[in-house]
Amino acid sequence: MTTSAAGERTLRGRAAIAGVGETNYYKRGAAEDPEFVLALKAILTAAQDAGIDPREIDGFASYSNDRNDPSRLAVATGMARCVVVFRALAQGQFARFGQGPRLPGVSGEPAYTMPYGLMSPAQMFSMRCMRHLHETGVSRDTYKAVSLAAYHHAQNNPRAVMHGQLLSPEAYDEARWIVEPHRLYDCCMENDGAAALIVVPAERARDLPNTPVYLLGATTGSEHRAGAPCHNAPLYATACFTTLAPRLYEMAEVTPGDVDVLQSYENFTGGVVMSIIEHGFCTPEQANEVLTFENLIAPAGRLPLNTSGGNLAECYMHGLELVIEAVRQIRGDSPNPVSGARVSMVTSGPMVTPASNAIFGSEEVL
Amino acid sequence: MNAAANHLPAGLPAPRPARDGLDTPYYEGLLSGKLLIQRCTACRGWQWGPEWICHRCLSFDLDWAETEAAGRIFSWERVWHPVHPALAQHGPYLVVLVELPQADHVRLVGNLLGDPHQPVPIGGAVEGVFEHRPDGEPPYTLLQWQLTG
Repeated sequence: MTTSAAGERTLRGRAAIAGVGETNYYKRGAAEDPEFVLALKAILTAAQDAGIDPREIDGFASYSNDRNDPSRLAVATGMARCVVVFRALAQGQFARFGQGPRLPGVSGEPAYTMPYGLMSPAQMFSMRCMRHLHETGVSRDTYKAVSLAAYHHAQNNPRAVMHGQLLSPEAYDEARWIVEPHRLYDCCMENDGAAALIVVPAERARDLPNTPVYLLGATTGSEHRAGAPCHNAPLYATACFTTLAPRLYEMAEVTPGDVDVLQSYENFTGGVVMSIIEHGFCTPEQANEVLTFENLIAPAGRLPLNTSGGNLAECYMHGLELVIEAVRQIRGDSPNPVSGARVSMVTSGPMVTPASNAIFGSEEVL
Repeated sequence: MNAAANHLPAGLPAPRPARDGLDTPYYEGLLSGKLLIQRCTACRGWQWGPEWICHRCLSFDLDWAETEAAGRIFSWERVWHPVHPALAQHGPYLVVLVELPQADHVRLVGNLLGDPHQPVPIGGAVEGVFEHRPDGEPPYTLLQWQLTG
């Protein structure tokens, strides 16, 4: 067990990811299996990858948009010995995320926005991003770089829904607006499929076939009144990581400069730019210079970003595919490996509360 | 105060007072052409949306006070992609987030009236326009915005 500034309250080095797996990823509505069958298949694949019998699993965490910590906490505190984290989506069988509700009336907070045509995630979050562009002077060119990097990485990833569909800068610029300041390729896809990963205590991981990928830190939460109603959050032009980012680095005992590769949840590219800034990879003033396509691509970019294609171009598995990619970067079996990657970071859905983030590391950084 | 024709087509979800009564004064105010915002009796702070507790001083002694329907554009967006059948043939529209400097800068969501292709200045002064929907069940009023000057 490590000692750190956070003392006993740290997760550092206690749990490890022993295996990962996913089903085929599909366009929305294209999965042939029922949603729960997808989940089961992904879990079996992850168990096989981990080299464990699925009957050993004694904890479950259904991964939602943002909350990926309970399983690690459970493992670290001894509540469970082998936890599977999973997510399954079959939107042909259930409601779509990107559509407004067909209701005659609404009350409470939705009643302050939906009658004005503000009802989808793109519409909720673009308002924040527009304010961020205004306050900081960050250019929409940074959005474009995030999008082009994701599509670039998907071309080396046979799992990616957008494999074989390279996005050119011209096609990005000519794509229709969804909600200004976001064009079509700034928005995540909607997909079917399932993904899973297996979390075990660190000492168990060392006895399993895969290279252990250790959890160095994970936090969840938001700043004060991040969830204030009706677009009244005090720090409105943020991704909600202002308090989490320092806590994460403290727990993981690394700095932004130590991070070799980053997976940052893209609901919309504007949120990725905010997340990167709030996690200290650049200041708002540096963003236009730092967040370029060349800097964001593996293997040699300054900050390789979303190296599987992520929510934009691999699969919108609500970000669980990003966690899996962060693990694969440490194992060395990413489709776009960053050579010698030892510290791999993932940040959750931006502009929501609670947000979360995590840092993984190889044995040598423990 | 100005009254507007319907800005967005019928068929979007209509606002209804919450069953717990928390925001009833807001809707009653709009029906009579007044903007009522929650105000703390103890610390005199304004807050929006309505809450059961004052987020500043933690008093439960909250009241409602009228404020001028006038403010500044804090942020905006032009929506092009419809996500509701009522908007399918409508074309782009503008949603603005308006801050009220005279009420502790609380922010309200509404539509910006006028040409949906117009440039939208953050910081621009706007005035409220009450859009009455007497055919709603129950009848309701939306608060829209237009640039001044």
